Amino acid sequence: MSHISPVLWEFLVNWLKRFAIFPPEASTIAPYADALYFALVGMTITGLLIVLTMVVVFSIRYSKDRHPEAIQMEGSTLLEATWTLIPLGIFLVFFVWGALLYFRIFNAPPNSMNVYVVGKQWMWKVEHPGGQHEIDALHIPVGRPIQVTLISQDVFHSFSIPAFRVKREAIPGRYTTVYFQATTPGKYHLFCTQYCGTQHSGMIGWVYVMTPEDYRAWAAGNTSGASLAQNGERLFASMGCNACHSGNAAARGPNLANVYNTRIRLTDGSTMVANEAYLRESILNPSTHVPAGYAPIMPTYQGQISEDGLIDLVEYIKSLDSNYRIQQMMNKSELSSAQAAPVGNTAQAQGVAKP
Amino acid sequence: MSTIVSLPDQATAKLPHKSYLNEEYGLKSWLLTGDHKRIAILYLISITFFFVIGGVLAGLIRLELLTPPADLMSTDTYNKVFSMHGIIMIFLFLVPSVPATIGNFLIPLMVGARDLAFPKINLLSWYLYVIGGIFILSAMVLGGVDTGWTFTTPLSTHYLNTHVVTAAMGIFVAGFSSILTGLNFIVTIHRMRCPGMTWFRLPLFVWGHYATSIIMILGTPVLAITLVLVALERTINIGVFDPTKGGDPLLFQHLFWFYSHPAVYIMILPGMAVISEVISTFSRKRVFGYTAVAFSSVAIAVFGFLVWEHHMFIMGVSQYSALVFSLLTMLVAVPSAIKIFNWSMTLYQGSITFETPMLYAFGFIGLFTIGGLTGIFLATLGMDVHLTETYFIVAHFHFVMVGGMLMAYLAGVHFWWPKMTGRMYPEAISKLSAIVTFIGFIVTFFPQFLLGYLGMPRRYAAYPADFQVLNVFSTAGASILGIGYLMPMLYLPWSLIYGKIAGNNPWQATGLEWQIQSPPLTENYVEIPIMDHEAYDYEWLANKTVHEVQTVG
Repeated sequence: MSHISPVLWEFLVNWLKRFAIFPPEASTIAPYADALYFALVGMTITGLLIVLTMVVVFSIRYSKDRHPEAIQMEGSTLLEATWTLIPLGIFLVFFVWGALLYFRIFNAPPNSMNVYVVGKQWMWKVEHPGGQHEIDALHIPVGRPIQVTLISQDVFHSFSIPAFRVKREAIPGRYTTVYFQATTPGKYHLFCTQYCGTQHSGMIGWVYVMTPEDYRAWAAGNTSGASLAQNGERLFASMGCNACHSGNAAARGPNLANVYNTRIRLTDGSTMVANEAYLRESILNPSTHVPAGYAPIMPTYQGQISEDGLIDLVEYIKSLDSNYRIQQMMNKSELSSAQAAPVGNTAQAQGVAKP
Repeated sequence: MSTIVSLPDQATAKLPHKSYLNEEYGLKSWLLTGDHKRIAILYLISITFFFVIGGVLAGLIRLELLTPPADLMSTDTYNKVFSMHGIIMIFLFLVPSVPATIGNFLIPLMVGARDLAFPKINLLSWYLYVIGGIFILSAMVLGGVDTGWTFTTPLSTHYLNTHVVTAAMGIFVAGFSSILTGLNFIVTIHRMRCPGMTWFRLPLFVWGHYATSIIMILGTPVLAITLVLVALERTINIGVFDPTKGGDPLLFQHLFWFYSHPAVYIMILPGMAVISEVISTFSRKRVFGYTAVAFSSVAIAVFGFLVWEHHMFIMGVSQYSALVFSLLTMLVAVPSAIKIFNWSMTLYQGSITFETPMLYAFGFIGLFTIGGLTGIFLATLGMDVHLTETYFIVAHFHFVMVGGMLMAYLAGVHFWWPKMTGRMYPEAISKLSAIVTFIGFIVTFFPQFLLGYLGMPRRYAAYPADFQVLNVFSTAGASILGIGYLMPMLYLPWSLIYGKIAGNNPWQATGLEWQIQSPPLTENYVEIPIMDHEAYDYEWLANKTVHEVQTVG
């Protein structure tokens, strides 16, 4: 074949090598998503075959040459019921199946590692609680549940990792989360899939799934020295937050220790859970949800803190919660114990050594 | 219960001396006409114009995507091109395509009326359409707009420096054109049916347009309000969609999709309406399950309003509301399935011929079935997470909109071309164009399903090299598709002069519009007809033909 043209041949070979119709399966969710996908493809092919068979067979059998006289008929309630109820039943099966997968994707197990991602025109800024910062890259260990908390500094973005079959919008002014657990070490595409302006197609990066040893080495070698909570503590002091939120009983602001994830009673009598969204909102628009017993005297910090800074502050307030601290510690130790057995002291020195 | 239909009366046919086309001459007689048929022709010309522009833009998109980097044009230009492609194709082509041209021409004829209820409002709606079109064209000429057709805030309100307000104004004005058309149709169908034309004697074409009109009237104002809010946010910063001012960008998504999801039914229902007529005529058989098909149109219009949130499953909406909307989306798929099965069953025991409109209708059934069933993928919550915002979505809605609606539109244009112009289009070449279009379509859009599952995001000017092979297929298909669309644009005008004389009823169809001369008189009917038979009554037609022959002989 190569006598056609060597250049063309080369070109074809290159193409075929790159030709893929199926993305890698690299998360615990991917096999579930693919099973659902194949079931849906099966349904589509079956449905299409039924319709095509009807159209083709009737077209041949009842073409004017073979069947010069049309036989008029009204319709059939039985047939109408058949092709209403059977498709409906099939669609409902997919409804339930899809809903189960959806809840799996968006509800992370409680022992997940948390990673913050800020989308901005046109980059993904990743913040690990341990103080590693990355742009357009995400390093994660294999086999650990990861919860990504997303927010956008400007417009809608969408955080998509096709190899994991997950995707979540990064929305201005609102935290969203997505969960996954990688199963295969490797390098996978990270896309922004929500149109976000001029360089939308440039807002892409890579997800690096690493073995626990590699990840530990990477984390140790890339930390900025201060964890998000430590950055937050510094910010907390420099913005003067501790003047009111001093922790004293007589302070003008509520004590923030152990406040994370508790139910808070507000001045209007309603209650809210002090989750990330509540903490962020209380910094930016303090007067909207004032806890009972406090005067609405806190000024707004709208426009004064970047989303990164807000994440630092939120992470700091979370770190004041003893449960959260214990969880973080357990995550860390699990990760270390996972690599403790096979690795001696060589991997740590090199950071790139593969078993 | 059998019917034999005699040969078309083309051999002896002559063009009528007087018709709506030669009643008056001159540009003024067209631009100030109140005749629904002339307004339909005005629409036909103007939407074809915008279709050509939208099509050229589509060609540019496919050319850019032939290679991975953004090399044919800059990313900025690419963004403007795909935005303009979407805006023009949706608001200036798909929404008005069948209703404003074929529907405008036929609804009065089909209900046995002399015109629509409000002829002057009908003309006004064409002018609004043209004004809207001029706004959008000027936005393009002045430097373009790069919001995408979805105008997502806060991108469209605070982060772009292009002609967003001009384009939004254009859509706003064109929206009134579709509201007025819908209003006209509803009043005409309610009040102007001829004696004996009960609701269940109406052709299914009219039922489809009735359902469409309901959506146009109830949905379009929401879009108008949304665009006004975008313009206000952009100009005086009112902050409805701005989180830093206490607004919510998700509110925009809700408002926008509250119109824009029903809008896809504005686009597809008239196409389905055309298919019912075509399938019945060329199988010489009453549409199987007439009432089921009629009510499925209404069901689509009603359920269509309750599914908008399925565009927002990954946007941080409550997981429980996502459940509700996923379920409702499954329900809205059922009426479409009912229609497909009824059309297929109409062929059973028919006496089928394969003229061009029928080929397009077969194309519609095949492509719409794929388009509809792939919609189930996206209604399935967990699958939608992976597929949304990728080329899977692009392929899905092009299968429905281009594979479905455009096929139906071409079926309709060919089917009623003899009635509109009094002349036949050339049969052989038009069959070829139907086949070329079908093949081109499949080659263009099928690979995009695969690209979507691979994860290629939509609206990318540049993409990783892994995706190139499938993109090359897609671009190759687009060039075939382009040829398929070019052919009718050449042979249809040609047929105006050289086409065979059609005669009153070249297809031996049963509709009232086929019982009068082609092209019709300005007043349609010399005497208002009396409907004394069901729709699609081929026995009535056979008896009538026998009767006519006897009186002439």
